[in-house]
Amino acid sequence: MKIRGRAWKFGDSIDTDVILPGKYLTLTEPKELAQHAMEGIDSEFSRRVQPGDIIVAGRNFGCGSSREHAPLALKHAGVGAVVAKSFARIFFRNAVNIGLPVVICPEAYEAVEQGDQLEVDLEGGVLRDLTKGVELKFTPLPSFLLEILSSGGLIPYLKSKLGVRDAL
Amino acid sequence: MARSCRRSVSPGEYVEASVDLAMFHELTGPLTLKVLRKLGSDKPWDREKLVIVLDHQVPADTVKTAELHKELRIYARRWGIPYFYDVGRHGIAHQLLVEEGFVQPGMLIVGADSHTCTAGALGAFATGVGSTDMAAVVATGKIWLRVPESMKIMVDGELPKGVYAKDVVLHVIGEIGADGATYMAVEFHGSTIESMSISDRLTICNMAVEMGAKTGMVNPDARTLEYLRSIGCELRYPVLRSDDNAHYAEELHIDASKLEPVVACPHRVDNVKAVAEVEGTPVDQVFIGSCTNGRIEDLRVAAKILKGRKVAEGTRLIVIPASQRVLKEALREELIDIFVDAGGVVCNPNCGPCLGGHMGVLADGEVAISTSNRNFIGRMGSPKSEVYLASPATAAASAVEGRITDPRRYLP
Repeated sequence: MKIRGRAWKFGDSIDTDVILPGKYLTLTEPKELAQHAMEGIDSEFSRRVQPGDIIVAGRNFGCGSSREHAPLALKHAGVGAVVAKSFARIFFRNAVNIGLPVVICPEAYEAVEQGDQLEVDLEGGVLRDLTKGVELKFTPLPSFLLEILSSGGLIPYLKSKLGVRDAL
Repeated sequence: MARSCRRSVSPGEYVEASVDLAMFHELTGPLTLKVLRKLGSDKPWDREKLVIVLDHQVPADTVKTAELHKELRIYARRWGIPYFYDVGRHGIAHQLLVEEGFVQPGMLIVGADSHTCTAGALGAFATGVGSTDMAAVVATGKIWLRVPESMKIMVDGELPKGVYAKDVVLHVIGEIGADGATYMAVEFHGSTIESMSISDRLTICNMAVEMGAKTGMVNPDARTLEYLRSIGCELRYPVLRSDDNAHYAEELHIDASKLEPVVACPHRVDNVKAVAEVEGTPVDQVFIGSCTNGRIEDLRVAAKILKGRKVAEGTRLIVIPASQRVLKEALREELIDIFVDAGGVVCNPNCGPCLGGHMGVLADGEVAISTSNRNFIGRMGSPKSEVYLASPATAAASAVEGRITDPRRYLP
């Protein structure tokens, strides 16, 4: 699974309240949530992000609440992957579960600049900065998590395993 | 975790664990049900093990919230869920689970809310999950977990005057950072913790997630068992304690007698400073409440300082008891009178302004001091507002002066 897009840089401890402010937690439609992605820190983000774009952040990305609305907002705003030095654990689980690729690559933050064209190879464990011609390696996720991600999340993954058909 | 898997387990291992109790509320429940329906059925695996709570925006503040409440109400009725806490029986989930006797030592609890770790104060393994994970739990009663490494935080010595459990946990977070315990199970040990009330232990474990932990725990002891007896809770699980020779990935020692009142400054929970360093900072609003510090013990501390005094002009005081039970006790002890006489606003039990939903959100440029657990950008309202986190004593003293104030000046 390869993801291509421009880099959006954010710092350390980007919390779930800036990713999706609490006042929008009564929304349940992913498209509505997407309109408020990253609103707490960049009110323009949801309008300017393009499909496949990649967030590159520092430590502890997604710290704070268990709201699955946060990774849902990012995914449906078009974010193709989040690359960070480290993730808060609930966000990490939620992201995998809803099919938003998460990559732990501590070197990326220093190597990549805002707007660089990136390519992430999830299985190969390679992050390429195409603008700079730099290649960074990371440890790929365990295969069962990669399988969940390539299915689009835990639910489509389980459905394909269990042979459940889409309800009308 | 080993008990729940019926075999011995070690850190780093991935296990499928059986869940003893699951909880969701009106902001995470509807998403959970949506995911469940995609799987074909939203039938719970065991209706006796599911607790559904309305607690974030109660009573409904908007039509949207009302729809979420209605959805959970219908769900609870359809499946005959006995433990549905509707408006009127409500309270903040983490407080309700404890005071209603759902939490016992040795249990494995998951909640679709990050502060589920609060329950670790009674010796349960309790952790927060998102809505898809919760859907899998509701469907199967099981969850995959990575067995966490453990961190031991020893707190010894007597707390000085004006220093409370909240100051202890904020101090710890300031020391190790907001990701200092990521993925770990944090155990709180030492004479200070042992002599703490259950309420104080709940405050400490509540904030384990603010250091990145999977859960926070206190070994169950005579005080824990006495508390459970007092609320009429019969033990149904083995009372598990950490082994004396347990291996810890990290250890931290704190001399409680050297601590002083602290605040977490905007916009990070680990941006912890002594109250003395920021004393005098004007505050527009003071919030006393939340799952961290909305218990009767917290209200007593605040009331002691506010009794016979007035909230400073230009400052608003909002007090929100954590549950209907806490509210009733505060009425009985005439604490509510004290808050109202001081010029404060007392709201009905729920999460209130903690997460910027309602009941006192902040405008651009406003500053609040709050007994809650997060001070992220925009957490309590405008992204241009600021939040300081503090103990109920520091919050109450600050309400009197309209500025961040060292509570020791107001204590006998």
